[in-house]
Amino acid sequence: MASPTAAGVPGTPAASAPRKSVTGTRRTVAALFLLPALVLLGALVVYPIGYSLVRSFYNADGSGFAGFDNYKAIFTDDGIRTALKNNVIWVVFAPTVSTALGLIFAVLTERIRWGTAFKLVVFMPMAISMLAAGIIFRLVYDQDPDKGVANAVWVGVHDTFARSSAFPNAHPGRESPLKPEQGGFLTTAAVHTGRTVALPLVGVAPDQMPDGAKSAVAAKPDPGKITGTTWQDFTRGKGVGRLGAPDPSELGYDGMRIEAVKDGKVVASTKAAADGTFTLPATADGARLRLPASNFKQPYNGVDWLGPSLVTPAIIGSYVWMWAGFAMVLIAAGLAGVPRELLEAARVDGATEWQVFRKVTVPLLAPVLAVVTVTLMINVLKVFDLVYIIAPGSSQDDANVLALELYRKGFSEGQPGIASAIAVFLLLLVIPVMWFNVRRLRREERR
Amino acid sequence: MSWLLEKVNGGLVRVFLIVVALFWLVPTIGLLASSLRSPEDMSANGWWHVFSKPSQLTFDSYRKLLENGDITHSLWNTVLITVPATILVVVIGALAGYAFAWMEFPGRDWWFLIVVSLLVVPVQVALIPIAELFGKVGLFGTILGVILFHVGFGLPFAVFLLRNFFAEIPRELLEAARLDGAGELRLFTRVVMPLGGPAIASLGIFQFLWVWNDMLVALVFTKSGTQPITVALQTQVRQFGNNVDVLAPGAFISMVIPLAVFFAFQRQFVTGVMAGAVK
Repeated sequence: MASPTAAGVPGTPAASAPRKSVTGTRRTVAALFLLPALVLLGALVVYPIGYSLVRSFYNADGSGFAGFDNYKAIFTDDGIRTALKNNVIWVVFAPTVSTALGLIFAVLTERIRWGTAFKLVVFMPMAISMLAAGIIFRLVYDQDPDKGVANAVWVGVHDTFARSSAFPNAHPGRESPLKPEQGGFLTTAAVHTGRTVALPLVGVAPDQMPDGAKSAVAAKPDPGKITGTTWQDFTRGKGVGRLGAPDPSELGYDGMRIEAVKDGKVVASTKAAADGTFTLPATADGARLRLPASNFKQPYNGVDWLGPSLVTPAIIGSYVWMWAGFAMVLIAAGLAGVPRELLEAARVDGATEWQVFRKVTVPLLAPVLAVVTVTLMINVLKVFDLVYIIAPGSSQDDANVLALELYRKGFSEGQPGIASAIAVFLLLLVIPVMWFNVRRLRREERR
Repeated sequence: MSWLLEKVNGGLVRVFLIVVALFWLVPTIGLLASSLRSPEDMSANGWWHVFSKPSQLTFDSYRKLLENGDITHSLWNTVLITVPATILVVVIGALAGYAFAWMEFPGRDWWFLIVVSLLVVPVQVALIPIAELFGKVGLFGTILGVILFHVGFGLPFAVFLLRNFFAEIPRELLEAARLDGAGELRLFTRVVMPLGGPAIASLGIFQFLWVWNDMLVALVFTKSGTQPITVALQTQVRQFGNNVDVLAPGAFISMVIPLAVFFAFQRQFVTGVMAGAVK
């Protein structure tokens, strides 16, 4: 366009005068073809930019000039500052993580037969709405490990590594020899060798009893040792049975920790067997028995994904789920353009796969990686739906982002002045990209 | 030795990719499974229990949802918004794209640069001004208003993509048609549009998915009778937990059409996405 030797097929006579009107079109015809687009663009895109710019300098009801007050609010209002801070976190992490994953996936799937199927799976979320993705991840991040799959997996992993037999809500029943002490329980009387001790408790829900628990058995006295039983002195549907003595229908507290305490010091400790029986050595003679508090902790309940501190990373996770496929597809297309000989030459020279990746593939892909990252940054700047849907009301302030704050200020808090200032601020942030696009186009035209 | 190492590495890569694929699939499977369980089962335990108890599977939630007039109406609104918005963007964008590619008029380059610079303008900039404008001219809350907004913000990309594609059409073709006596409009409908098929398909699919999946624009510009499915479901999210039986099947129904379009036109979609990078 700028020069008459722009595009067109070289070698054909037509290429010398490309994109001229095929035969002198009248200007009125050109205007008719352009009119609908230019009118709509003018009214719906250009006019709003001007309006927002002007509006951002006026106060809430638009009656008075406010100078830069609305812009000051962006950096002083606590709510907007949180949004600004979160936007920075978003712009730094979401595009880079998505691009890095996209790069890894693109490189790894290259030589795998089912690579196309894999790419389809990862790319698919691009087709669905952020609303649907938001609902999907509300389900994933459900706090209850019995419902939310994220916590189900997390708790599963946690419990595999930190196995604990816990008896939440256990407490002494009627006429119990135990009394509460520091979250645990202590016998009221001292114990002695050759005698048996009964440590009955009640109140552990049946589904929280250890899987291996067996019928409680009364311990046999053993001279020189202290023996005893700790068990759930209650059977659902049958009541307490004999109070203070184990019945066959009652379960032993498998794995309950028992400490013998003398003068405030632990002199011996053990764990109960599946039938609730335990044995302590003679050193415990004269001590009192304690069931320490660690026995009665609530079971590990997973992570509060959508709580104030984790809500932003959690939502960024859902964004990566949606957009890593975008990065992967673009990078894979770039990868297909990397000359095979170059990679082969490096391998022949003895480079490891990692070196080939670091020293050849990544530098060659740098332009693609830059375009993908910048595209995602623009996209992330405007993120709204995911935050609006996934963050529950209680932590929406902590998850706030500029686009959401703009919506709130403009449409529920009656602050169109501040909302316009946020809009102009967002626009300023994309101007470098706007400039880059225009420059790239002009360069291409001049080529 | 190195052969063995390679074998192990290849195996590790495969395992890694399978784990990743599961990470990507499980959330969607979770939504589908949740939508096929009764609310009672859902409040009792997680959706994965459906695999050990297939008897829990039920279409009740879907049936109830489709009997819910508000939801079906909003689904219809989505169609009413998406189809015209897509067609209008393609037609208006193609007219302008053709003019930019093959017509001569003063300031052509500058006009086109302006259109390209509008590619990255965030929709947020226009929400408040257009809400006010639509309020004045009586378009606020109407389906036409939402359509116009989507057309406006779809146009920069449409013009950019189609102009670049049309510019590649061999000049001889156009000249031959012109010699046969075709007028500018005939040239456009009989030569340019058919030749632009691939680009038009990419643009159409891209715009279709964009508008179908939009929530923000509709949230601002519709009211209760005109809201599309995304906004209708969004109002339900406020009480999340008690109404998974509406949200899960609703979200899944809203996904069916985009997913079908995606699987049917993958290649065109990818082309559109690639052309749209830096949008």
